[in-house]
Amino acid sequence: MIRSQVLICGGTGCTSSGSKVLIEEFENRIEENGLSEEVKIVRTGCFGLCALGPVVIVYPDGTFYSRVQKDDVAEIVSEHLLKGRVVERLVYSDVDEEVKEEIANVSLSDTTFYKTQKRVALRNCGVINPENIDEYIAMDGYAALGKALTEMTPEEVIKVISDSGLRGRGGGGFPTGKKWSFTAANKADQKYVVCNADEGDPGAFMDRSVLEGDPHCIVEAMAICGYATGATEGYVYVRAEYPIAVERLKIAIKQAREYGLLGKNIFDSGFDFDLHVRLGAGAFVCGEETALMTSIEGNRGEPRPRPPYPAVKGLFGKPTTENNVETFANVPQIILKGADWFASMGTEKSKGTKVFALGGKIKNTGLIEVPMGTTLREVIEDIGGGIQGGKKFKAAQTGGPSGGCIPASLMDTPIDYDNLTAIGCMMGSGGLIVMDEDNCMVDIAKFFLNFTVDESCGKCTPCRVGTRRLLEILDKITSGKGTLEDIDKLEELCYYIKDNSLCGLGQTAPNPVLATLKFFREEYISHVVDKKCTAGVCKDLLTYKIVKDSCFGCGMCAKQCPAEAISVTDYVAPGKKKPAYAIDASKCVKCGACMSTCKFKAIVKE
Amino acid sequence: MKSLAELAAIKEKMQNKVVMREGSEDIRVVVGMATCGIAAGARPVLNTFVEEVDKEGLSGKVMVTQTGCIGICQYEPVVEVFEAGKEKVTYVKMTAEKAKEVVEKHLKGGKVVAEYTISNS
Repeated sequence: MIRSQVLICGGTGCTSSGSKVLIEEFENRIEENGLSEEVKIVRTGCFGLCALGPVVIVYPDGTFYSRVQKDDVAEIVSEHLLKGRVVERLVYSDVDEEVKEEIANVSLSDTTFYKTQKRVALRNCGVINPENIDEYIAMDGYAALGKALTEMTPEEVIKVISDSGLRGRGGGGFPTGKKWSFTAANKADQKYVVCNADEGDPGAFMDRSVLEGDPHCIVEAMAICGYATGATEGYVYVRAEYPIAVERLKIAIKQAREYGLLGKNIFDSGFDFDLHVRLGAGAFVCGEETALMTSIEGNRGEPRPRPPYPAVKGLFGKPTTENNVETFANVPQIILKGADWFASMGTEKSKGTKVFALGGKIKNTGLIEVPMGTTLREVIEDIGGGIQGGKKFKAAQTGGPSGGCIPASLMDTPIDYDNLTAIGCMMGSGGLIVMDEDNCMVDIAKFFLNFTVDESCGKCTPCRVGTRRLLEILDKITSGKGTLEDIDKLEELCYYIKDNSLCGLGQTAPNPVLATLKFFREEYISHVVDKKCTAGVCKDLLTYKIVKDSCFGCGMCAKQCPAEAISVTDYVAPGKKKPAYAIDASKCVKCGACMSTCKFKAIVKE
Repeated sequence: MKSLAELAAIKEKMQNKVVMREGSEDIRVVVGMATCGIAAGARPVLNTFVEEVDKEGLSGKVMVTQTGCIGICQYEPVVEVFEAGKEKVTYVKMTAEKAKEVVEKHLKGGKVVAEYTISNS
């Protein structure tokens, strides 16, 4: 009889920090202590607090252990599982000491990180074993498909999705119900459902986590979509760089087939549906819906002009509905709990919740889900735990290379599709990269441009050539050779590329530049007029200096310098015994090695 | 899968196994499992609680968990029952047999088995 369950995160984050070894070690130790009949180990998907991985949760108490190492396992087993004493030193907690005393046993759901969240798309992530269909069924899995097939007409399914106000979570925010109704309205001998799991934004891993933690919900949602739109076949297009997600998805499809939840005559309703997995090679453009379908068809992933839209002529020339992973993840819950339940969360025009991947200079790096309309301040300060090292928040980058940034002054804006568009930003797929005062915004724009230049497929000129020219101007500015005219040219070119590119990649590629220009124009100006990078990032604009009166003359910096640019002078500062050192700016390669070596903080960059 | 009934049957069968992870139980049964408790026979008591709670279909309502030394070693095995809005009940010198009775009368029936509590020993 199982009395305790040990949940170990098997998501990509925790797997890379060593959770596989932990699982083996737990198995061995539990066996050794004769607890095999009493304690069960469950490998789950992502819990969300990736920065604290590997994560282990012990139920029924819900004790949350973070950064568990192999050597800690023996202690957890002999102390907690055998004797019932929580291993306090490994317990993660961000709650106040006072609260802690009150609740005695701090469990996962008491932490500030989890308390403020509302989990819909991620509800099963970190809770069930994703490789066990029975556990998914125990959590109401496939009940939505059953309900749709046996109690609802396809029109009713579409109506519920429309009424719920669900919008595409991949970034664009197109109403999902409307999308489904377009495909449903087109008559054809064959229709398709496609799931876009080609998550390509740097810093985004929401879709991967859903596929790893709850693959069955995608299978179920795609079948529901198939029923609603009249499609009998579906494709999941997932990056080959997500091996765990691919493996679990394949297991899920196999189990669903064995249970007859995919295949012929599902729930005896006469409805047939089956799924295939296609691996993407990782080209960013393949996240664009038409390029993605071209890639599934076996061709080079290049976008095609719209119209015709996929709802008319999509995959293999047939009407196709394409949705993002997170969009699908919401569907079964909406069918089960109703449109009103979903519409009760969020803001007027953006309903439900949104998953964000928190990254950058934030304390709690990880995966979170909050109701639409939550402010950036709540996300960063409460859930994210604030900025690392107590520095000042500068901006958050949303939407990856297609998005913009939200500056500190707009931190209290409720996050939803329309508010973000209004401030010249974009919801994007949900990557949220937090930046502090040490980040140079021009450099950030350059980073994303570098990415789009690499990823532009080359089919249309505005994108292929335009983004490269943008990058060249940014290079010029960050190397101190820019002029005010360059900033104007940059802006003009941005709008030109936006207006004339064939697909979403080019149309949104200038966004990082436009957004940083809008909110941080003074940084661009200081790069070209004062030739200064205030954040101290752009190498060409920096000079390293030794403050001669602070230098003790130890000579460590000179030893570290790879360019032999530091030498001793004949100046001895008052109160010091040895002569000070100085940097020869003409030889300095600005690597910063001297600055990190100096114990006396006598070296500055400006 | 041909019917909703089949699906419901799987759900029914599995539910007890995952409900532990939801933490929505009203009653918490805590068994003292420090060295003193284990030596006095707390393990069969704990296992009996787990089995009986499951058998009686109380899994969603009752959480059986363990703790370290409660501090009254001479009374081990000690079992504490916490229920929201009610006083804590402490059972002492427990056995598997007594545990069965506590599940039946207290956890299921709502009546404290007074003769096993600390105030009566």
